[in-house]
Amino acid sequence: MRGRPLLYRSYEQDGGLLNTAAKRWWSAALLAVLVWVPFQASPDLVLLLATAAIAAIGAIGLNIVTGYAGQVSLGHAFFLGVGAYTAAVLNGDPAARSGVVGYGLDMWIWLPAAGLVAAAAGLLVAPIAFRLRGLYLAIVTLGLVFIGDHIFREAESLTGGVGVGRKAAAPELFGFSFAEPGTILGVPLARDQGLYFMGLIALVIMALFARNVARSGVGRAFAAVRDRDIAAEVMGVSLRRYKIYAFVISSFYAGIAGSLLYTISRFLEPGTFGLLLSVQYIAMVLIGGPATISGSIMGAAFVTLLPRLIEEVPSFVPIISGEAAGGFLTTQQLEQFLYGLLIVLFLIFEPRGMYGIWARARNYWKAWPFSY
Amino acid sequence: MTRLLQSLAAGVGQGSIYALLALAFVIIYKSMRVVNFAVPGMMILGAYMVVYFGNVLGINFWIALLLAILVGAVVAFLIERLAIRPMIGKPVFAIAIITLGIDVLLRVVTSDLIGTNIRNIRDPWGLKTFNLGDVVIQHRRVAMVVAAALVCGLLFLFFRYSRIGLAMRATAFDQEAALTLGISVGTVFALSWVIAGGLSALAGMFVATGSGIDQQSAFVALKALPAVILGGIDSIPGAVVGALTVGIFEGLSNTYQIQYLPFLGQNFAQVVPYVILFIVLLVRPYGLFGTPEIERV
Repeated sequence: MRGRPLLYRSYEQDGGLLNTAAKRWWSAALLAVLVWVPFQASPDLVLLLATAAIAAIGAIGLNIVTGYAGQVSLGHAFFLGVGAYTAAVLNGDPAARSGVVGYGLDMWIWLPAAGLVAAAAGLLVAPIAFRLRGLYLAIVTLGLVFIGDHIFREAESLTGGVGVGRKAAAPELFGFSFAEPGTILGVPLARDQGLYFMGLIALVIMALFARNVARSGVGRAFAAVRDRDIAAEVMGVSLRRYKIYAFVISSFYAGIAGSLLYTISRFLEPGTFGLLLSVQYIAMVLIGGPATISGSIMGAAFVTLLPRLIEEVPSFVPIISGEAAGGFLTTQQLEQFLYGLLIVLFLIFEPRGMYGIWARARNYWKAWPFSY
Repeated sequence: MTRLLQSLAAGVGQGSIYALLALAFVIIYKSMRVVNFAVPGMMILGAYMVVYFGNVLGINFWIALLLAILVGAVVAFLIERLAIRPMIGKPVFAIAIITLGIDVLLRVVTSDLIGTNIRNIRDPWGLKTFNLGDVVIQHRRVAMVVAAALVCGLLFLFFRYSRIGLAMRATAFDQEAALTLGISVGTVFALSWVIAGGLSALAGMFVATGSGIDQQSAFVALKALPAVILGGIDSIPGAVVGALTVGIFEGLSNTYQIQYLPFLGQNFAQVVPYVILFIVLLVRPYGLFGTPEIERV
């Protein structure tokens, strides 16, 4: 079909991952840029990008349950925490200071295990979740965050306890550590570059998987449940089954993201997994674009890079202060303030998020110089 | 026995705070079918306003409280007008998430105003106590119960006898029918937010009695959500009963849990409301007094 790239002759072609030539070329170009970037940017920026890539995995997870399946979950922080602690416990040093458990296992065990344990936690919550709809579910998952927070604080043999914390898992796969300078395929990598490629590879795999789920029958069932649950059930889509699927897949993603996220900061504190973290992930999904994978990635990148942008603000705006004491708002407070504000503004003005902005820009240039 | 009665008294007092907050949730839910996650922010702002008017400006406590309630009502009115009104007709999730965003905004600003120290209010009750037999009861607990009872009574009279109260009930029952009968549904929305804002500020003042407020105090308000769910999200009597139940369980757990169930850890009382929430929703998905949603296609 040379010269007629938009003519599809089968549903497989139409629903394909890269169904247009532009998508194929630009995806390849994007991947090339992403491989090239870490060798050019400064190490702290590369680490931030690595964080963004891993956070994107978590955002994709939340997007599956909230964006695709339409079940508002405020409990994402809990599943991130479960993943992070599973990894830390399995990887931890068995001979470390008394009272904190560790098994010293390799990454190929703790990474899948973190996902699976979080998924199991999701399965445990799902029976409550599929009986409830809408806002009741939001409130229950809110409760989950507080109960989880309590467990993380009190289970000192696993988490180290409040204010003490424990070391996070170290990303060592078959003797190769992503978190230390090393050589792979003859290319020398610094710590930040190693972590960046770990995050990037994980993100590409997880994003592809999520994209495939979304365009399969399961994804269509999710959309049916989201758009009108009764109509979905009438058509033979089992609400119970697909709500459980959505929760389990979403918490699996959260588990993986949680376990990888703290390999960068190398440290876990039980107070981290509170409501604020959940709101952050909600912000990623809503700012990026609900029910889109690329949107989740954009949202995660935006929310992760936001603090870095904000650090520059005090030099321009006098009432914002970089120090903890001075000014009307500190940079950290400004950051939270912006999460709140952006959630509100995006929902009111651009419910499709950054993906919607991108789609409008794309369509504008597609038709340029005509208006449609 | 004394210990039991004492923890019950503390629990009922705490439950009264939850009752005020639960009413704030339910009144908004009934009028616009939205869970208002901004209540914690509104509550802590109200509490801070009492601190501001009472301590910083040195105004008499009662006038300060009145002003704080007024500020709470005005802020709630503005939130409704600026952020919620443009969203009417959109999915309720979107509106609920907006309130969550607003909650973050309010809490950040209030945290900054509160600062890093604990702020106390100059309430007339302090930590004074009186004895009822062997049971020692704090004055502020009594004040909470009286205030909650008074508010419930006033709201009952308001909804039962006033014209706008009737309009609010009609709107809760069927929005479109109310609209066709000439009821200004917009005014009803605004009024429900104003009432909720005032109630949150009042509750905030009570939260600040005793040990004062700090940056974490806002989360107390979220514990009213289990109370709301327990009673059924659209039932005002249910909310009050749910709030008292949650308060009592929290009080009991404060006293007895560390002795009998030590493996649950310290401060378990703080999460008791959420545990109750899970158990109740497993058994009765629409709470104890809520109307099951009947969906017609």
